[in-house]
Amino acid sequence: MLGLLKKEFLALLRDKKSRFVLIGPPLIQLLVFGYAATFDLNRVPIAIYNEDSGSASRELIARFTGAKAFREVGRITRQSGIAEFINPKKALLVLHIGREFSRDLSKRKPASIQLIVDGRNSNTALIALNYAQTILAGFNRTWTEQQRLAIPPARLEIRAWFNPNLNSQWFIVPGIVGLLTLVVTMLVTALSVAREREQGTFDQLLVTPFTPLEILIGKALPGVLIGLVESSFIVLMAVYWFHVPFVGDVAALYLGIVLFVVATAGVGLMISSLATTQQQGLLGAFLFIVPSIILSGFATPIANMPETVQTLTLLIPLRYFLVIVRGVMLESIPLSLLSDQYWPMAVIGFATLGLAAWMFRRRLY
Amino acid sequence: MNAEHYVSPDTSAKRLRLLGLIRKEFLQIRRDLSSIAIAFLLPIVLLIIFGYGVSLDAKHVHVGLVAENPGPETADFFSGLQRSEYFQPVYFSGQRAAQKALDQRRISAIVRLRSDFSRQLLNGHSAPIDVIVDGVDANTARLVSGYLQGVWAGWLQRRLDERAGGSAQAVLMQQRIWFNPAVRSRDYLVPGLIAVIMTLTGALLTAMVVAREWDRGTLEALLATPVSVGEVLTGKLVPYYLLGMGGMALAIGMAIFLFEVPLRGSLWVLFVTGSLFLLAALGMGLLISIIAQNQFVAGQMAIITTYLPAFILSGFIFDIDSMPVAVQTFTYLIAARYFVAILQTVFLAGDVWEVIVPNALALALMALVFLALAARRMPRRLG
Amino acid sequence: MTGMLDSAANNSIVAVAATGLGKHFTVGQRQITALESITLSIRAGVVSALIGPDGAGKTTLLRLLAGLLVPDHGVISVFGLDPVTQPDAVHCITGYMPQRFGLYEDLTVQENLDLYADLHGVPSRLRPARFHELLEMTKLSAFQGRLAGKLSGGMKQKLGLACTLVAQPRLLLLDEPTVGVDPVSRRELWLIIERMVATGTTVLMSTAYLDEAERCHEIFMLHAGKLLRQGAPGADHSILAGRCFEIHGAESFTRRLQSRLAERPNIVDAVIQGDTVRVVTARPQTPKLDDLAAEFPSLSVTPVPPRFEDGFIALLKPLVEQVNLGSALSPSTEAVDREDVVIEVREVERWFGDFHAVKRISFDVKRGEVFGLLGANGAGKTTTFRMLCGLLPPSRGQLRVTGVDLRSAAAKARRRIGYMSQKFSLYGALSVRQNLEFFASAYRLDSRLRRIRLDWALERFQLTTYAESSSGDLPLGHKQRLALACALLHEPEILFLDEPTSGVDPLMRRAFWSAINALAEQGVTVLVTTHFMEEAEYCDRLVIMAAGSLLAAGRPQEIRAQARSPDQPNPSLEDAFIRLLHNIAGSDVGAPQAGLKGGLQGRSPQQSEQTPS
Repeated sequence: MLGLLKKEFLALLRDKKSRFVLIGPPLIQLLVFGYAATFDLNRVPIAIYNEDSGSASRELIARFTGAKAFREVGRITRQSGIAEFINPKKALLVLHIGREFSRDLSKRKPASIQLIVDGRNSNTALIALNYAQTILAGFNRTWTEQQRLAIPPARLEIRAWFNPNLNSQWFIVPGIVGLLTLVVTMLVTALSVAREREQGTFDQLLVTPFTPLEILIGKALPGVLIGLVESSFIVLMAVYWFHVPFVGDVAALYLGIVLFVVATAGVGLMISSLATTQQQGLLGAFLFIVPSIILSGFATPIANMPETVQTLTLLIPLRYFLVIVRGVMLESIPLSLLSDQYWPMAVIGFATLGLAAWMFRRRLY
Repeated sequence: MNAEHYVSPDTSAKRLRLLGLIRKEFLQIRRDLSSIAIAFLLPIVLLIIFGYGVSLDAKHVHVGLVAENPGPETADFFSGLQRSEYFQPVYFSGQRAAQKALDQRRISAIVRLRSDFSRQLLNGHSAPIDVIVDGVDANTARLVSGYLQGVWAGWLQRRLDERAGGSAQAVLMQQRIWFNPAVRSRDYLVPGLIAVIMTLTGALLTAMVVAREWDRGTLEALLATPVSVGEVLTGKLVPYYLLGMGGMALAIGMAIFLFEVPLRGSLWVLFVTGSLFLLAALGMGLLISIIAQNQFVAGQMAIITTYLPAFILSGFIFDIDSMPVAVQTFTYLIAARYFVAILQTVFLAGDVWEVIVPNALALALMALVFLALAARRMPRRLG
Repeated sequence: MTGMLDSAANNSIVAVAATGLGKHFTVGQRQITALESITLSIRAGVVSALIGPDGAGKTTLLRLLAGLLVPDHGVISVFGLDPVTQPDAVHCITGYMPQRFGLYEDLTVQENLDLYADLHGVPSRLRPARFHELLEMTKLSAFQGRLAGKLSGGMKQKLGLACTLVAQPRLLLLDEPTVGVDPVSRRELWLIIERMVATGTTVLMSTAYLDEAERCHEIFMLHAGKLLRQGAPGADHSILAGRCFEIHGAESFTRRLQSRLAERPNIVDAVIQGDTVRVVTARPQTPKLDDLAAEFPSLSVTPVPPRFEDGFIALLKPLVEQVNLGSALSPSTEAVDREDVVIEVREVERWFGDFHAVKRISFDVKRGEVFGLLGANGAGKTTTFRMLCGLLPPSRGQLRVTGVDLRSAAAKARRRIGYMSQKFSLYGALSVRQNLEFFASAYRLDSRLRRIRLDWALERFQLTTYAESSSGDLPLGHKQRLALACALLHEPEILFLDEPTSGVDPLMRRAFWSAINALAEQGVTVLVTTHFMEEAEYCDRLVIMAAGSLLAAGRPQEIRAQARSPDQPNPSLEDAFIRLLHNIAGSDVGAPQAGLKGGLQGRSPQQSEQTPS
């Protein structure tokens, strides 16, 4: 058994290029993606079109340009200037303050401002409007206090649990743990049986006294172990480099990682044992990885998806793992909820590994 | 019989060789259907799943409502939430039960009106409305609090209108979302997805093809014929370019007719820039194939270098401007970045040359660099 | 056969000249000298052979001439062109067939031809005639539309040759063109080569078959990167004068006699040839066999004229470190019951779709027997083999190995068999030592035994110097050695060997067979396929398969007897083989060759499985 494992590792790691592929890119990607994948706006280009000359408008503009989310890229002096900034993507949004602004304010009439947003990325547009809304709310509150206006009869006091500053890195970086673990585990397993088939070594393996179960374990364990090592490393990076909190139970997380990696290795081996050529194995790996990531809830909430697609996500191990990793790191999720995530992964792992082992012997002719 | 008799003059021999290689590649494509699957099936399946599956618009968010002392005032406030299409209210009798539901992810936010809400409201004491949002998914949390603010503002305005009139807010914001006023996230996701999917298709099509010739030993025979490296590469490029363009046309057709994304720009711009992008993607695949020299490593490299970078760094879903500067420089290496910008612009905004020209130039440069590198690294000899 | 090309040889233009050629490779940390100061000239218009033990540098030399490698030192001229500076011009006038034939297996025969015609710029008006000629010559006309991957091994080689011939090259470079090819296809390949030479083509081929080398006009013998000898095949027969003998009278114990003789220090070479053992002595004197009289009462010695193979062995044997695989097993204490049937095949059939690959065959193999499975490429040998090993279920019938069906047998039963497949199927990315270690652990050798067996394998198979090299980078013959070593590590009771010696040099082949003999003596049952008919003589019994059926079965003598005719009173096994195939052909279509096609007609499933396209 040990010999089988050693062989698998050697076959994987003896080639310099292959070794590099398993170690180099995931590390770089962790760092790059950890910073890149965020829905928080930061220094988004904004252009100002101010037709008002009062001090109130200047104060409002200062609030916008001073915010971390925005970065002023220019002033506009005429209506057509708006398109000149938005169309070529020089600015994501334009703040337009009309001629009447200060006058209306001083007359205590409701003044209005206009925000023109580039909707080509409508999600970013909505987020930007959200930020603008918050800035404006702050302005309104201050203005009301300064002018001793009637205070509103009720006020919202919003608190965000688990992530008080709504830092989306806290959401994304644990997700990257799942993403990269998925990719690396697939990398190790999805082509391994297909390669041995193409090279004829699989026959040689089948005539040795190894049982299909042993061959299966021999094929699955390198993926599982490499997946474990990489995910542990990424979790450590998440905590110590990205400063994502870790409030939950390490054991609960590791149970999740193990089940996730086993399920992923199972899918990889199933793909690999169904494929006759490595090209087919590669195609299969992509057909699994790509939907997995998009439908797992990594970037877009599963709850937003249509019913049928939501049902489809039940087949995706990453979906369960993301709940676990985020839950354990950020909010010490209760065990009952965790167990609902554990068992589907165990079922997926069991089914795919079983099918792979069955295919070892069937797929010979 | 002399050998010279059989060798045609130089130019026509060159044409023969090239055509021969192209025909060979097409025959191989026809025999192993996985190339055709990559070119056509992959885009269809992925576009359908994503086109329908991916949405950033939070609707019907489950929100827990707690009124510690129910009365007409609390009911009035909650009615605003009930009417909103964004929320799906769930009533709780007490804060504890609601918090438990939040812990278990059955709800994403809690709105709590304390027992003295009605009293404070009447006294003009600015009654606090406690809102707790689940901050794990910061983006959704932010959207939810935005929606809640809207509901709250609407409620305030309603109360004012009922009494004296006037405005609850000093300054009101009017928003204009250009190019996508209905804020359909599908309209921007689908064009972006085309770029991500074509990155995969392009690289997958070619990542294996040179490596396969190494693995199967045919490269040795090929190198011993009068074929030049340029001819071998062109022979690989042309068939997969045609295949890839077919896939791209299919994807664009689906975007327009199935997902009803408006196309405000012109098709020929899509065709030209799509070609440049595809050449860059195919060039990258070829380079991978040449560097790896065997299918196993080529496959691994293709998995790791194509999808995730295109997904995360292209601006398709995460805003590039918001990334740290160091990370932004990384995105310049991702061909999909340029194509996403072009696609979103041509589809939703029209032929905005200030966007199209620089991005197209960048794509052309990338294609050139990848192909030149591939030609350089392509072995002329063994060993 | 020597000299049959003499008429063409009058032409003494130099086709290829090499001076001071040297080439080194770096493998891991080590520098390997593949070729060292080779100076040679190859005459135009004749066939020259490149021979030598595994790893001698044959492939490297061919690749240098084809312009696929750049020499470290020295100059090459191919018809006055330099492959280093004028590779395109050289490629235009040479045809090069690599060891792995360079065919696109997912293209048809015709499509492969079209491609190579395009690549060589053959004008379309000349093509129909050229293709017709080549297809006729290779007898592939009937298979134009078949995928190359679905051809039998022999047909693939012929197609590979045809592809390199489309442009009428002036120089033809062939790297082991006949490896893994059955005797019939081998004859056909030679006919093609001779026809090419007749039209003025120069041919240089590397080969492991010395009878082929003997047919060539000139021979270049390489050893360890150096040119050892150059000249006509018969040139040094003089030193062998009075040293070659045939020993008759061992009757059914020829194999034992051969192994007794091979152990003697004064005998350089001993091979079985029909009923006799042919020996080459170290000095010109008749071998004394008195001490063998007890065991073999009626031996007689006849002097025979030397032949080329004797010269090769006599020349190389002192140079090459002695390979002795002799005692491959630890001595066994158990008595062997040689009547015990260990392999049982009953009415076995196998279909692939509507192709009947194996047609109701039955045979038994007894313990300690060396049992040969012979047949043309695509006759169903490999399919039968894979069924026996449990890699493929039969469509009908029963296969038992030591009383169990290996397909459903417990892992323990597989512990008792050793398997070596036709295609090199060890882990190319792993080093030689790592491969051995893996198979040692696969067969659950304990650590003490593992060490002993590992040392044994590295030493006996002369792999010590290669221990840390990736096995994928080894020369063909070394790969085969390693594969056999892996199959023998665990001292199996039953050994399945699918073409164990293809591509292995004659010296190593002798060592392989003496190991197999020794194993059989110790009670190991060996099931073996081979294309070397002289090797089939070493079998106790054999069957010949054609088109999925058993054509003949019995001891080698009995099979030879079936082919005896007035014009061939003492046929070799190869003659018998070809005759038997012709006989079924006769009943089939009429023309001998057409019948051969009958034998090869079906798509060859074993081929297509190994090389999925």
